[in-house]
Amino acid sequence: MGKFKENVIQPILDCWSLIVGLKITGKYFCKPLITVHYPREVLDDENLRTYGGHVELIGKSKDPAMPKCISCMMCVTNCPSKCLTVVKSKPPKPTAAEEAAMKAAEEAGEKVAKPKAPKNPAKFIYDYSLCSLCGTCIENCPAKSLRFSNDIYWVATSRKEMKLDLLARLKAQATELSAPVHKTEAVAAAAEKEA
Amino acid sequence: MNAFLQHLIPLVIAVIAAMIWLGLNALVWVYCERKFAGHIQRRPGPFEVGPHGILQPLIDGLKLMGKQLLTPDNADAVLYWLAPLLSMIPVMLLYMPIPYGPILTGMEVNLGLLLILAFSSFSALAVILAGWSSNNKWGLLGAARAVSQTVAYEIPLLLTVLAISFMTGTLNLTEITNLQAGYIWNWYIFKQPLAFLIFLVAMFGETNRAPFDLAEAESELTAGFHTEYSAMGFGLFFLAEYGYMVVMCSVCSVLFLGGYHGPFPGVDGWWWMILKTFALLSFMIWARWTFPRVRFDQLLNINWKWLLPLATFNLLATALIMKL
Repeated sequence: MGKFKENVIQPILDCWSLIVGLKITGKYFCKPLITVHYPREVLDDENLRTYGGHVELIGKSKDPAMPKCISCMMCVTNCPSKCLTVVKSKPPKPTAAEEAAMKAAEEAGEKVAKPKAPKNPAKFIYDYSLCSLCGTCIENCPAKSLRFSNDIYWVATSRKEMKLDLLARLKAQATELSAPVHKTEAVAAAAEKEA
Repeated sequence: MNAFLQHLIPLVIAVIAAMIWLGLNALVWVYCERKFAGHIQRRPGPFEVGPHGILQPLIDGLKLMGKQLLTPDNADAVLYWLAPLLSMIPVMLLYMPIPYGPILTGMEVNLGLLLILAFSSFSALAVILAGWSSNNKWGLLGAARAVSQTVAYEIPLLLTVLAISFMTGTLNLTEITNLQAGYIWNWYIFKQPLAFLIFLVAMFGETNRAPFDLAEAESELTAGFHTEYSAMGFGLFFLAEYGYMVVMCSVCSVLFLGGYHGPFPGVDGWWWMILKTFALLSFMIWARWTFPRVRFDQLLNINWKWLLPLATFNLLATALIMKL
């Protein structure tokens, strides 16, 4: 009797799962669409907050155009795809008068503090065509100067355009912050212009 | 001569009408299927060409026609190009005996049901030829699977149809329709519910539709029997599949849902036939986007262990009741 139940009754009862499946897809059929018709419609910033796009720099809270980055190169050494290029700043060249004063001090036997290089990087280049968005650079940044951007609408037609100067981007963002333009409005305006 | 012409002219008109009907159906249902799939997955489906993508199937057709026709090296060229034609041409004939209305029947034949069942087997032959002549191992595997599938599913399908003709005592589709006239409980779906279910399942198997589209499995066989076909070679197979779907759904609505008869007397008309056929087609699409493709042994198990015994039982029970 057990075998009969297992081989005959159970399969017939299992057919109910087919109805359940049809019910589920039928329900979804009636629900509103969730896909965005991209060029005509864009998502608002609220919905982009959880999107992890390309890597970008975070500015200091006092000076948003200056990155928190200390050029420690941790991101570069840890990046598995070698998509980051950071160039450290060189110490400022002393003027002739300063140089003479330093020399004189040295001759007099005093300890001279040579001008130190500033910590912020001179160049921060990011190649999006190589990046695999693993986030290792973000995890390893001791200054917490990197994050994923919410930039979902970035496209390019060549590899060259995929190389981003993150410092310039940060500066642009800082100026944009001081004169805020709503992103969706800007895109909508552009779409209107095209039409 | 005159009598010959009298028979020939309506037949030619019917063939042309069937071709137009087939083409229109293919266009509309390719679009509908993609839209249905889109809505089930909560995306818009084709949207860019024309308002709501309504011109998409036309443009796809143009693209298919514009592409190059390739014959693979060492393929049996004659059989290779015969296969898509063989899958397409019999479909036209299948539309002939289907009664869309009292006078909207292409060809009144006493053996209409038999004709449909006989010629619908051509799809299996076309699939076998396509797979065999492609000189491609995936094509050949697809063909082998198609044989075991269509041959297997033909049997329960025939047995259920046989049960209906036991009840009616005829193979003429118009007569079968007329026997279901009157109120809705005259429809054979209420007299033969088991046969209807078996027919419904076997229909999926016969038309190579998901979840029983084992002959064309992109994950196991790259594409199946039509791996090597390009452009309209593939297009004809595609068109024929939709053609068979419409035929099978029409036959199902004639046999079980009363054909062109409405649910109560006085409202009969071809629109009922279209409505029932399209409802069944929608159900086929709905099922396709709901159920995953079954494994091959499961497919054959469903047929040999379930459908065949059930259909046999149904046939014997029908025979017994009719005799009593």
